Amino acid sequence: MVEVRLDKVWKRFGSNDVIKGIDLVIASGEFVVLVGPSGCGKSTLLNLIAGLETLSGGDIHIGAQRVNDVPPKDRDIAMVFQSYALYPTKTVHGNITFGMETRNIPRAEQARAVADVSQQLHIEGLLERKPGQLSGGQRQRVAMGRALVRDPDVFLFDEPLSNLDAKLRIEMRTEMKKLHQRLGKTTIYVTHDQVEAMTLASRIAVMDNGHIRQFGPPAEIYEDPMDLFVAGFMGSPSMNIVRGRIAGEGGARVEVADAEGSISFPLPAALAAKVADRPGEEVVLGLRPEIITHPGAHAPGASVFEFARSIDVVEPTGPDTLLVFTLGGSEAIGRVRPDEAVAAGRPYRFQVNMDKAKLFDPASGVRL
Amino acid sequence: MNGEGIVRRKGARQAVLRALLFTVLGLFCLVYLMPLVVMISTSLKSLAEIRTGSFIALPREVTFDAWAKAWNSACVGVRCNGLAPYMWNSVAMVVPAVVISTFLGAVNGYALTKWRFRGADTIFALMLFGAFIPFQVVLLPMARTLGYFGLAGSTYGLILVHTVYGLAFTTLFFRNFFVSVSDGIVQAAKIDGAGFFAIFFKLMLPMAVPTIVVTVIWQFTQIWNDFLFGIAFTVGDSNPATVALNNIVASSTGVKEYNVDMAAAIIAGLPTLLVYVLAGNYFVRGLAAGAVKG
Amino acid sequence: MPPPARAKSARTLGIDRFLERWLPQIVVSPLFAASLIFVYGFIVWTVYISFTRSGVLPSYNLAGLLQYERLWSTPRWYVALQNLFVFSGLFIAGCMAIGILLAILLDQRIRIEGVIRTIYLYPMALSFIVTGTAWKWILNPTLGIEKFVQELGFPGFSFDWLIDPHMAIYTVVIAGVWQSSGYVMALFLAGLRSVDDEIIRAAAIDGAGPVRTYATIILPIIRPVFLSSIIVLAHIAIKSYDLVVALTNGGPGYATDLPATFMYSFAFQRSELGVAAASAVMMLVTIMAIIVPYLYSELRGGRK
Repeated sequence: MVEVRLDKVWKRFGSNDVIKGIDLVIASGEFVVLVGPSGCGKSTLLNLIAGLETLSGGDIHIGAQRVNDVPPKDRDIAMVFQSYALYPTKTVHGNITFGMETRNIPRAEQARAVADVSQQLHIEGLLERKPGQLSGGQRQRVAMGRALVRDPDVFLFDEPLSNLDAKLRIEMRTEMKKLHQRLGKTTIYVTHDQVEAMTLASRIAVMDNGHIRQFGPPAEIYEDPMDLFVAGFMGSPSMNIVRGRIAGEGGARVEVADAEGSISFPLPAALAAKVADRPGEEVVLGLRPEIITHPGAHAPGASVFEFARSIDVVEPTGPDTLLVFTLGGSEAIGRVRPDEAVAAGRPYRFQVNMDKAKLFDPASGVRL
Repeated sequence: MNGEGIVRRKGARQAVLRALLFTVLGLFCLVYLMPLVVMISTSLKSLAEIRTGSFIALPREVTFDAWAKAWNSACVGVRCNGLAPYMWNSVAMVVPAVVISTFLGAVNGYALTKWRFRGADTIFALMLFGAFIPFQVVLLPMARTLGYFGLAGSTYGLILVHTVYGLAFTTLFFRNFFVSVSDGIVQAAKIDGAGFFAIFFKLMLPMAVPTIVVTVIWQFTQIWNDFLFGIAFTVGDSNPATVALNNIVASSTGVKEYNVDMAAAIIAGLPTLLVYVLAGNYFVRGLAAGAVKG
Repeated sequence: MPPPARAKSARTLGIDRFLERWLPQIVVSPLFAASLIFVYGFIVWTVYISFTRSGVLPSYNLAGLLQYERLWSTPRWYVALQNLFVFSGLFIAGCMAIGILLAILLDQRIRIEGVIRTIYLYPMALSFIVTGTAWKWILNPTLGIEKFVQELGFPGFSFDWLIDPHMAIYTVVIAGVWQSSGYVMALFLAGLRSVDDEIIRAAAIDGAGPVRTYATIILPIIRPVFLSSIIVLAHIAIKSYDLVVALTNGGPGYATDLPATFMYSFAFQRSELGVAAASAVMMLVTIMAIIVPYLYSELRGGRK
């Protein structure tokens, strides 16, 4: 059980800075997910931890050992790649034992490890096949087996579920979580899928352009985003971002104006206090779709506010229905129960829980 | 290795291995360059220096006499006009042969892949096989045919021969390229009303420019460097440069003028060498395509 | 682009449609015919001639296996075959060994890789005549390497392979490998680079050092390149004519004769068309035995 520590880690490719001075401490036994849009550097960061890329600056510690110059094989890690990276000319058995062979582990022990792991992952019948003869899901499990058999200090996953179909992805996601609960090893997991991040992580690191924007437990990332980027990235459909103006005594309201008319969203006392000193100024209001819903849905005692808008598009998803309307000149989404929905073109009376509204500074994107 | 940035253990062992790597690579560079250097340096020496010095030493006194002689007055058989006239023979042979075989190969490749007709694949396979035959097996009948048509011993005969036997490769190159062009483009053009040749000239050829370059370079190299057809089907005045070179070097009368031999060899080899240096990438692509299956 | 409005008569419509239907075949047919005649037709002629009494001039009277019997009772033919065997074996082995070695070395992230690759590959751009001429001079018994080493302080050194009937064929091997090994290097380098990067990284994590990674993972993945290289090299070896002519002209005597030079000599110098045809047919059969199975498996197994 080891902690992984990154101190001021930099990575430069040519003249391009891809990782810009990242500090990160991953506690022993944690399941940390690195999430972010394409090109944010999450895979690069994982490769740096694995030793598959050389550091341009800073330090990486795995456990007590400073691993900057330590080759991957000596870092006591195991990795599962997005495309699984199975050795195509070896059998499944050979793929799993390859790492043990290079470490001169006795045959008997190798056999035991293979039997153990193949039973866990239900791949006993596939041992003599070659990767080319396996389905995507089977290949993924073999890749997992190869990593498990290593019994490393740290597990590294680079988008291991991206190449699976949706149903399989959800199944394997649960398997991963069970595995982590059972083994309790420090795990670092890269994905672009924020649902995976939310369900698997003990802590999420939201990355953007070589920086970590926010690092915290899923609930905190979701409910307490530090800025517009994190707020907009997590959540599906994403948070509604509305531009408005502070109005009223002590910042009591946010006025949002558009073609359909003006709506004054009242701010609960805690939020109002944050903008009391900015009368008349522009502000960004963030409302997650699930807090804009049909009347009567919110718990009693919540600061609800009702407003009406005409619906542009109706999108039934099964468990709920999304109603798309216009707010403040841009598209907004509300979430209602399917039987409460109306047809497109009709007006609808939404009820929004303003306790869960968020305010952001329009210039910097920082949460107020 | 591909794993570009993988962390490797630093230290003396790595440094030694790296030094060893460069040593071996450097040695092979010397081995590959040595003949070229020797050729050039020998061609710049006087005969006296050649006889007394070692073959690897650089010329003490640089003289271009051998070059002048190789170009103007070396004896090819009984004619002593140097290599020059034969170089022009080669040019006259190569240019039409390359142009025609490349063009026909392009049309062929296009027709075989973009206009499905029954037997297209068989035809292609049969043509492809033609690229692999040892030419010894067609030498005799070809000699008789050329004689029959009055083309024996002429450059025109060589042009015909090289065009015909170059078709297999040029068709292969273009077919492999056109196979990778989506059929959708041709369908759309057909719907727009374009015909066979319109599509070819306006759509396909412009897209195929890199393949055209690779094919031209490949054909140029193959045809310029050919010797077998040259010696079998031409006589005397119509010899291409490779045959003339061999005659100069193999002449057993009189004193062996090694410097002239070397100068002549360089002159004869210069065109293809220059093409390679200037367009090496395309050359390599041709090599790879030529080795790969159909 | 609106289709042109034309008033068509029924006849032009017919011709149009006929052309459209058959144009591809029409376009390809002259070339196909050329192929048929100049390749297959000629092969048939040569094969036919090999079964006749042809001497100075072709005769069309069948004579059974006469020419083949004559061929196989000519000592020179056996020399040629033995030379082919020795030459091909060493040529292929040498080119493969050096080519693969250089490819692996060049795969090690070197900044001046482009320059080095150009140097290793330029011999392929040269005619075999030029190569033969150069090596003929380098291996010159009195003025080439022999003299050079002697002057270095080894007066007893002799290197007269070029004129030694037993060793001359090895000079052809040397020149041939020098010329063609760069080709194998280029093919293998491309192959090595085509291996998925992630696999190499997985091997690094699994603890495989460079030697093990190349030997057990990378090279097995590019097995097809081995095969196609060997096939192409074999093809070059069997067709070898220019190199021998320039280097030794089949000599000394006919000690470095190969089937190609044998055939030429009997066809154009000794005017024995029948025997020449027979030897050409033997060459064809040999190449077919190698190429046909290979092409067949490639055209079937691979995509179109």
